Amino acid sequence: MNLEYVGLKEISGPLVVLEGVKDPSFEELVEITVDKEKRLGRIIDISGDVCVIQVFEGTHGISLKNTRTRLLGKPLKIPLSKEILGRVLDGLGRPVDGLGEIYPEKYADVNGEPINPVEREYPRNYIQTGISSIDCLATLIRGQKLPIFSGSGLPHNQLAVQIVRQAKIADEDANNFAIVFAAMGVKHDVADYFKNSFKSSGVLDRVVMFLNLANDPVVERIVTPRSALTAAEYLAFEKGMHVLVILTDMSSYAEALREISSSKGEIPSRKGYPGYLYSDLASIYERAGMIKGRKGSITQIPILTMPNDDITHPIPDLTGYITEGQIVLDRGLASRGIYPPVSVLPSLSRLMKDGIGKGYTREDHPGLANQLFAACAKVQEVRALASVIGEDELSDLDKKYMRFGRAFESAFITQDFNEDRDIIQTLDLGWLLLGLLPREELDRLSPELIEKYYGNPEENESRYRQWT
Amino acid sequence: MGETSQGTIYGINGPVVKVRGDHAFKMMEMVLVGHEKLIGEVIRVQENETIVQVYENTTGLRPGEPVVSTGSPLTVKLGPGIIGNIFDGIERPLTSIARKTGPFIGRGMIMDNLDTEKLWDVKVLVRRGDTVRPGMVIAEVQETPSVVHRVMVPPHISGVVEEAARDGSYPITRTIARIREGKTVHNLTLVQEWPVRTPRPYKSRLPLHEPLITGQRVIDSLFPIAKGGTAAIPGGFGTGKTMTQHQLAKWSNADIIVYVGCGERGNEITEVLEDFPKLIDPRNNRPLMERTVLIANTSNMPVAAREASIYTGITLAEYYRDMGYHVAIMADSTSRWAEALREISGRLEEMPAEEGFPAYLPSRLSEFYERAGMVETLNEQQGSISIIGAVSPQGGDFSEPVTQNTKRFIRCFWALDKSLAYTRHYPAINWIDSYSEYAADLKDWYAENAAPDFMTLRDRLSRILQEESKLLEIVKLIGSDILPDEQKLILESARAIRQGFLQQNAYHEQDTYVPIVKQYHMMRTVLHLHDQASRLIAKGIPVSVIRRTGVFEEVIKIKYTIANDDMGAFDKLIARIDAILSEIEASYRGAERRGLA
Repeated sequence: MNLEYVGLKEISGPLVVLEGVKDPSFEELVEITVDKEKRLGRIIDISGDVCVIQVFEGTHGISLKNTRTRLLGKPLKIPLSKEILGRVLDGLGRPVDGLGEIYPEKYADVNGEPINPVEREYPRNYIQTGISSIDCLATLIRGQKLPIFSGSGLPHNQLAVQIVRQAKIADEDANNFAIVFAAMGVKHDVADYFKNSFKSSGVLDRVVMFLNLANDPVVERIVTPRSALTAAEYLAFEKGMHVLVILTDMSSYAEALREISSSKGEIPSRKGYPGYLYSDLASIYERAGMIKGRKGSITQIPILTMPNDDITHPIPDLTGYITEGQIVLDRGLASRGIYPPVSVLPSLSRLMKDGIGKGYTREDHPGLANQLFAACAKVQEVRALASVIGEDELSDLDKKYMRFGRAFESAFITQDFNEDRDIIQTLDLGWLLLGLLPREELDRLSPELIEKYYGNPEENESRYRQWT
Repeated sequence: MGETSQGTIYGINGPVVKVRGDHAFKMMEMVLVGHEKLIGEVIRVQENETIVQVYENTTGLRPGEPVVSTGSPLTVKLGPGIIGNIFDGIERPLTSIARKTGPFIGRGMIMDNLDTEKLWDVKVLVRRGDTVRPGMVIAEVQETPSVVHRVMVPPHISGVVEEAARDGSYPITRTIARIREGKTVHNLTLVQEWPVRTPRPYKSRLPLHEPLITGQRVIDSLFPIAKGGTAAIPGGFGTGKTMTQHQLAKWSNADIIVYVGCGERGNEITEVLEDFPKLIDPRNNRPLMERTVLIANTSNMPVAAREASIYTGITLAEYYRDMGYHVAIMADSTSRWAEALREISGRLEEMPAEEGFPAYLPSRLSEFYERAGMVETLNEQQGSISIIGAVSPQGGDFSEPVTQNTKRFIRCFWALDKSLAYTRHYPAINWIDSYSEYAADLKDWYAENAAPDFMTLRDRLSRILQEESKLLEIVKLIGSDILPDEQKLILESARAIRQGFLQQNAYHEQDTYVPIVKQYHMMRTVLHLHDQASRLIAKGIPVSVIRRTGVFEEVIKIKYTIANDDMGAFDKLIARIDAILSEIEASYRGAERRGLA
């Protein structure tokens, strides 16, 4: 075990090749000493006594001669205890906040193990985020993985912070929630922004931060979300906490994966990403959920920036196939000054159907959400037509839809960064807006619900005028 | 069965393990890898090196550890206890895994695939001295209240019964008949084994003539699938593939459902596990779980087992087909399976074809889909397998290799459309891009069992939709106001068809499953309205007048307002429509006369 190997056979990008290794094991951790500096690496390919090792801290300054390598006899594990709350760690779970080492209660393998589907608990409790567009139309459920699809320059970080601040995850037991924040390849100021926001909302001592910033080593970036989720699993399933995990930015993560894949010389599939990108992303996203008989839960909000705002790019595409819905931000809305710029039509929460309606939110919620979606789709059609023939030429009904569209954007979607609407306010607002449409147009709602909630549109005319 | 032989691990790269040493592994043989005895399969044999794909996580494996052959290819155990169960990709029961390793899936578990302790009430059907042939039913077991399990003589065995057990309660391992074939004696138990990659034999293939009724209007009426047919559901994320698959698994009139969750979400499997025991099969009032088998290899479970899960699923399906059952298998999603092929292929450094997929992708796909069909079984029963495969095209682009190659081997294409899903039109099956080649084969069945003019109505319905899509091109440019009234009526009728007929609410107690008779009456009603309205329009009555009466809205709502068993209500509704329209006609004629005067 204590054999030291001097020198290397080959260095390529973040990978080094070591020859003559005795008894290595797959994915074993190694320690490489480069002129007194210690670095960690992991064996990712074995062929006889030749091992390919990826070095977490990068290979700069390494030569074929100046290293001494030692096998550590174990896969990558991170130290865990409840003390990690309030701490800032690097991608490998080592403290970087200068507050000293963590006294571990246990060590856990960062790769985790898949949750057995028969032991999963189906998520049903909704989380009120206080944001109308999300609560009404893409409801977040405890134990869900709901990513934010964004683009560079869009306010996804603000939105994530607002969700964290307002999410009524903390309601039932203030000591029972935690936030795990993993930064992968984000800029320093983004990390600071999150940190300051956590501080100002008074939750900093409930947050564990795993930071791998834009100038940190790429290989460590691959491990960062796994370390974070290992910590989350520990807090949720062993300590019974409700954990909200924010992973940002998954695009940087996928790019890091591509970088390493190409230096390994693997056959690329779409846009140069490795063929296993789907499986790899799944091994991260699937670590959300609830387990039967355990108290805690893991809710994931991964953030990814769509390269060139393209939702068909492999990263958002494969993410959408794994996650349970998505919240899509739209540059067009943002440039018109609308916050949060949630694009309603492509946004979706797959789990909301079982967590809303009677007994959860309110009986009219499913029908109302459906009707709003249908109306928004119609607005889109009408707008396309209006851009060709001009708004004046539209039929009366189409004009009503145009008006509805404007009111919907300015009253329903638009919301202040500090505005926290409860679900009843949100639903009532939705009905108020439907008042702009003739009653016959409400084909997704049952006559009883229309009777009960539609109200008298004429009374609200003054408010409508303000919005349109 | 061959000699066991042993090699040693030389190299490891993810699920791909290289083995060296003096051994005689066979292609596709199952092997146990390392001290932990991880299950693997031989996928390439070279002069001095054999390559094994391992169905479990290989972390911690070391060169020098032994690899032991099992002598047989990857097989599944077939016997009572399959129905109602949930297995991983290589037929290990997930509940047994949970008992061993808790909520997370561990590795290196060799376990009984089927419960060996449970006693089954067996009715033995053969007596001493009987001659038996392959596929003959020798015993019956009530596997679940919905399914009688017919224990068959395995293919390739025939002979004379030397000894047969009496009726009684036995575990699956108990010998119930001893068969002498020449000099060899076979001890038949309630279980048999079968290699998953080999199709099970049958006597002959039969033409397809009966639809698989799913209770989903857009499928049954417009794009039907035959029992024994193949269908693909391609769609980008969020278009409702899984939702459609679940609906089919719930309501289609197959005897047995095999649901393969291949590389998809864990929560979806959990949802099935929660829902199905509660849902009641309309045909026999028993919980749906009593006819369902689940195979779950979620996206974060090992990738090689994902590749195997499809074969495991189809083999189980074939076994029940051989008993004379109509089986439907849902594979969600075949793209994940293709990606598993690609991943393994990439690690073997094979030359890739399109988008990194291996060149043998089409042949693997065709091998799979060709295992569907209506057959005469070895025991002269009729059985069928219908395959419904979901496809998850990258970027929602149907020109990618998996969708394109799948299209060559299926005959029913239900294209899911993102823009329909955005407007929450579910099921989001696009009526222009989808097709079913079975419609012609099934014509006679519909005429006899639904209504003589069923297909005529269907064709008229789709013609209206086709015309609408043409008109919408124009409307997009100039608006609908200036269209002549006949064309406005087409738009209006098409809207009623889309919202009232094609859209179906999976969460509505009545609408989630609609019998074929009601589908027929719904079509009849909407077309009747269309005909009557166009008659009025020919007389110069504008469509807006008809619209104002709300008849279209009334027709749209029939899915909710008329119960699934109340066909009399349709005649009443049609009478009402006629009354409303003739009132318009009368008042219009009156107005005309006054105008003349």
